[in-house]
Amino acid sequence: MNDPVNQKEPTMTQTPTESSNTAITDFGIDTTTMSTSEAVRDYVSRLRAGQLGSLPALLGLVALVIMFASLSDVFLSLNNLANLLAQGAGQTIIAMGIVFVLLVGEIDLSAGTASGVAGAVLAMHFAENGNLMGGMGSTVFVLFLAALGLGAVLAALLRIWAGTAISVLGIVIAASGMAANPWIEMLLALCTGTAIGCITGYLVSRIGMPSFVVTLALFLAWQGVILQFIGEGGVIGISSSPVLNQVANGNLSVLGSWVLCVVAVGGFAALTLGRHYSRLRRGLVTQPTSIVFFKAGAMAAIGIAATALLTINRAPNDNIVITGVPYVVPIVLGLLVIGTYVLNRTQYGRHIYAVGGNREAARRAGVNVTKIRASVFVVCSSVAALGAIVYSSKVGSVDPQAGGLNTLLFAVGAAVIGGASLFGGRGRVSDAVIGGSVLAVVANGLGLLSQPAAVVSIVTGLVLLLAATVDALSRRRAASAAR
Amino acid sequence: MSEPILHITGLNKTFGPVHVLHDIDLDVRAGEVTALVGDNGAGKSTLVKCIAGIHGADSGTVEFQGKPVHIRSPKDAAELGIEVVYQDLALADNLDIVQNMFLGRERGSSWLLDEASMEKAARETLASLSVRTVKSVRTPVSALSGGQRQTVAIAKSVLWDSKVVLLDEPTAALGVAQTRQVLDLVRRLAEQGLGVVLISHNMADVFEVADRIAVLYLGRMVAEVHTKDVTHGQVVELITAGRSGDIGLARPEHAVL
Ligand SMILES: Nc1ncnc2c1ncn2[C@@H]1O[C@H](COP(=O)(O)OP(=O)(O)OP(=O)(O)O)[C@@H](O)[C@H]1O
Ligand SMILES: [Mg+2]
Repeated sequence: MNDPVNQKEPTMTQTPTESSNTAITDFGIDTTTMSTSEAVRDYVSRLRAGQLGSLPALLGLVALVIMFASLSDVFLSLNNLANLLAQGAGQTIIAMGIVFVLLVGEIDLSAGTASGVAGAVLAMHFAENGNLMGGMGSTVFVLFLAALGLGAVLAALLRIWAGTAISVLGIVIAASGMAANPWIEMLLALCTGTAIGCITGYLVSRIGMPSFVVTLALFLAWQGVILQFIGEGGVIGISSSPVLNQVANGNLSVLGSWVLCVVAVGGFAALTLGRHYSRLRRGLVTQPTSIVFFKAGAMAAIGIAATALLTINRAPNDNIVITGVPYVVPIVLGLLVIGTYVLNRTQYGRHIYAVGGNREAARRAGVNVTKIRASVFVVCSSVAALGAIVYSSKVGSVDPQAGGLNTLLFAVGAAVIGGASLFGGRGRVSDAVIGGSVLAVVANGLGLLSQPAAVVSIVTGLVLLLAATVDALSRRRAASAAR
Repeated sequence: MSEPILHITGLNKTFGPVHVLHDIDLDVRAGEVTALVGDNGAGKSTLVKCIAGIHGADSGTVEFQGKPVHIRSPKDAAELGIEVVYQDLALADNLDIVQNMFLGRERGSSWLLDEASMEKAARETLASLSVRTVKSVRTPVSALSGGQRQTVAIAKSVLWDSKVVLLDEPTAALGVAQTRQVLDLVRRLAEQGLGVVLISHNMADVFEVADRIAVLYLGRMVAEVHTKDVTHGQVVELITAGRSGDIGLARPEHAVL
């Protein structure tokens, strides 16, 4: 069964370019484009093989929305929908960071309380007008600075220079005692989260402790730190700052909402279609044009419909007017775009998937596995700090429970429900958004039906269990389909 | 005879108390296929992994193109132009064929990968290996058969401008046609002036493509001979007993792992 073409081709290795035409026809049944029906069949067969992606979560979301809409008149009211977005945003953002950790097959149980620490620092900087030393007491303040410094040093040892730079920035902000400014406060929260992530990442990746144990220990430790910062029974209000209050409670103007809509919908369409046609032109693997148009069209329809609804006055009484898309929407969308870009288009993202898929293969390919594993914890804690800004803004204050209770479990749950695998290698940032929406709908809907907290917890737990089951079963199918 | 491109002397490797490789000397010459043979557990894969920078050797020197080198990581090996196809395939299941072939050496800037150029190069390399059963280069590796994976792993190693290629049982999982392809490929690589090391348990394959045969017996290099100077039977004897006539260890019964 010798191949006559290849036998006569002595230079087939490094640069097979000159014979590329014969080579491509030679490449058996390789296909670059599919017809629509082929693509649909291909998709179905992938579903059969256990590659479900976000499909179960999306179906679940639709089912939940239909259920709550039929049980409660208020559920589909515009005011409630806008409220739901803001309620779910904090945990969704934390879940986005957790996706990075899950992708390399690790877990970060401390993301919730780490975000709480960031929130507490933010609130204290605001309440004490920048005098963190006064608020914390000098010993605690010095320890706080030392922790930021430790994060910077450990990041440097791992050669994660961005982690070092951001941690050092945190020291500068904290030590300089700048007066309260909402933007400075948010930046400080982010720096705190980053420094925490550097510590976690070093312990897991360089020292080699299991992430479960490290982050369980840190979960408890950070909870203590929050308590130390805020004090037993204390509450620090932040809603008196217009900016901090608006993050999760404010809305874009009507004009701004439509600008966002045009940018998001137009940008998505331009990117997907542009990419599609450039790949078609170069003879690369593409989806059928009809399906690409369908996706872009569906996104446009959803985006325009949502913007139209959210720009209608949704005030519950006649005295005030509430219109516009909540600020949390562009915040979550922005993070979604950045996260998706990083994971899909950059070398860093590619290496994250590789480490999650086969750590040894990644190592042999020259990937710096230690650094990648550490860096995902930095990303996770940094993003969790952003989540803390949003949920603290929503509540209007930070108390010792910030980031505790169910914050983490909901965030991990959101990622897993959306389709990210706990076993590593599989997941997308959008999974966190979809899963976060599912949990937000559950919490909001059961709240409207005035179900007690007991029922909310039980139902959420069951939803998570269902998602984990789907994950495990689809992995089994994928494994058996592979061989 | 040309100078060896890769010249290994006195290489030792232990895993804890187990001494797996004893004072290994090995020469790999450009333009030649060196077959590395030995029984299961003789240390062939371990030797390859030491050369590739996966395992650090305990002692020994490695000279590459006449210069002493220190290969501490797979990256060092790749930079020298040493490519390895591992017996336990080193592919990430969740990535597709293109992503696997370029893993660690992606094209484009690190902030925006050049997918188009990688996809084309991958397709062309696979085409030249006559991979006829893969539906698309964007198929995830998890959906490939064992032989297809093997081919991807081999394609990955010939994609680069390499000087030495080490293949650890590359045909073990392959069908008749693919085995033929790989053996032809091994010959062609050598004809292009690369140094090729082929590990195989199949004596017919070894005698067909190898210029020289190096035999490992319980972690010791017992013979490095020209293929034309030995018979099948002698090599089998060297593999199983460490000695054949006047070739091999003087007292193989004293060799313990
Ligand atoms: N990571 C490791 N830790 C401890 N011992 C190891 C390790 N890798 C290999 N060994 C031991 O080293 C010896 C040589 O193994 P190696 O895999 O090199 O054999 P091989 O010649 O490639 O065999 P095969 O033909 O079966 O592939 C074996 O006894 C094995 O048990
Ligand atoms: Mg072996």
